Amino acid sequence: MSDRMARCSGRVAGRALFLAARLAVLVAAAGASAGEPDRASEAIAKYREMLDDANPAEFDEMRGAQLWKTPRGPRQASLERCDLGKGPGVVKGVYAELPRLFADSGRVQDLESRLISCMTNLQGIPEGDIVAKPFSTDAKRSDIETLVAYVVGQSRGVTMNVTLRDPAEHTAYALGERLFYYRAGPYDFSCATCHSQNGRRIRLQDLPNLTTKLGAQRAYTTWPAYRVSQGLFRSFQWRLNDCFRQQRFPEPVYASDATIALTLFIAVNAGGARYNGPGIKR
Amino acid sequence: MWIGRHFALIGIVLAGACAAALARAQDSAPDPLFEQMLRRDFRAKGIASLDRLDQDEVQKLCTEARDRLAVAEQARVLREQLAKIVWPADGRFLGDWRAGEKLAQDGRGMTWTDRVGSSVGGSCYACHQLSATEIAHGTIGPSLLHLGRDRGASPEIQKYVYGHIYNAKAYNLCSYMPRFGVSGALTEQQIKDLVALLLDPESPVNRD
Repeated sequence: MSDRMARCSGRVAGRALFLAARLAVLVAAAGASAGEPDRASEAIAKYREMLDDANPAEFDEMRGAQLWKTPRGPRQASLERCDLGKGPGVVKGVYAELPRLFADSGRVQDLESRLISCMTNLQGIPEGDIVAKPFSTDAKRSDIETLVAYVVGQSRGVTMNVTLRDPAEHTAYALGERLFYYRAGPYDFSCATCHSQNGRRIRLQDLPNLTTKLGAQRAYTTWPAYRVSQGLFRSFQWRLNDCFRQQRFPEPVYASDATIALTLFIAVNAGGARYNGPGIKR
Repeated sequence: MWIGRHFALIGIVLAGACAAALARAQDSAPDPLFEQMLRRDFRAKGIASLDRLDQDEVQKLCTEARDRLAVAEQARVLREQLAKIVWPADGRFLGDWRAGEKLAQDGRGMTWTDRVGSSVGGSCYACHQLSATEIAHGTIGPSLLHLGRDRGASPEIQKYVYGHIYNAKAYNLCSYMPRFGVSGALTEQQIKDLVALLLDPESPVNRD
């Protein structure tokens, strides 16, 4: 298995490098025709299509699948009894229905907060150890991001169906919506500053309009994702964290109610689309 | 019949206005749950202190109106924002466009990964097209390509551009553009350098 993974990793990384070089050529070619700003976007779209053929996130998915069934923590238990919403041990299709209210915790939870519940309850790993460094770095991969890769991959092709049934879910959605439009900080930014208009970019990066069904669907169904520029797989909590950083806000607490509420707001708006993650991003 | 139809129309318009007003009232009502969530679920990191979550009047009004505030409601606050602009004591608005181009390219600053006292860029290319040669420009703001060529560089235009960078909210209350002078992100000299970038006939904005 590890041999196969190493080969896969090498192949995929090589391909990513090749494609990055291709992007430079495509964008440069697009730049040659000044006055047609859409050419750059077209070139990047073409680049993404090529990337879809070989997503290094497959590697994270495989490692996550191993991690899922490996006995770990003080209780030396695997996560195979973890309930992500469809009963203990069911992984298939769960991501397409998260976040949701969980009766046992009494909380609306996204995938990552639910993984924390399972790691603490089943494996006995202290929560503090999990949330201290939840995001991968070049030096150390995050267990939870790796598990995320496996779980979301098991919802590929499943229709997004996050619905508001319980009053707690309605409340969380309303809080998430409110946070989305909340302007603050030294630059007066809200999520909506970048994500409430169609066809806008920051530099060359396309910005999804998360206030429309189509925009929310395109964005949500392609995250979590492998980030080529960082060479790392990134979870949805990471995506929100880095948005708030660039929004010049203080840091959102990992897997906090605020981040889950915002996730719920976007996930509900993305309803009806086919989940297509893990994605691959620039 | 004619009157009837118009009353119906007025009714629909009124109903729409009521719905909008209700939605706004809902948004602007202090929501203790939301306030608790903000205070509990964010933490200070590096230079990004928790007081950044406190809204000033502009941020509050524009949040409540979802950035579509009626013109009549803007007048007083616009005047107050205009009064926040500190105009150059020497009365000059044009700096060095070369320094301005560097600043326009620089998108760093003010995040929790930036250090105290580290340089802050103007982030102009993040949202605006400025020169024909830099194709990696954003499109959240309008294109400023050829601004000086099209508008000239009269003292009035210079002052307007300076004021707009210093405090965009003095001209358009719910503008997406940061208030670079008010927030202390950019110095007077840096704003002058950006004015020069936009208006100098020799800068890449106007010469291509």
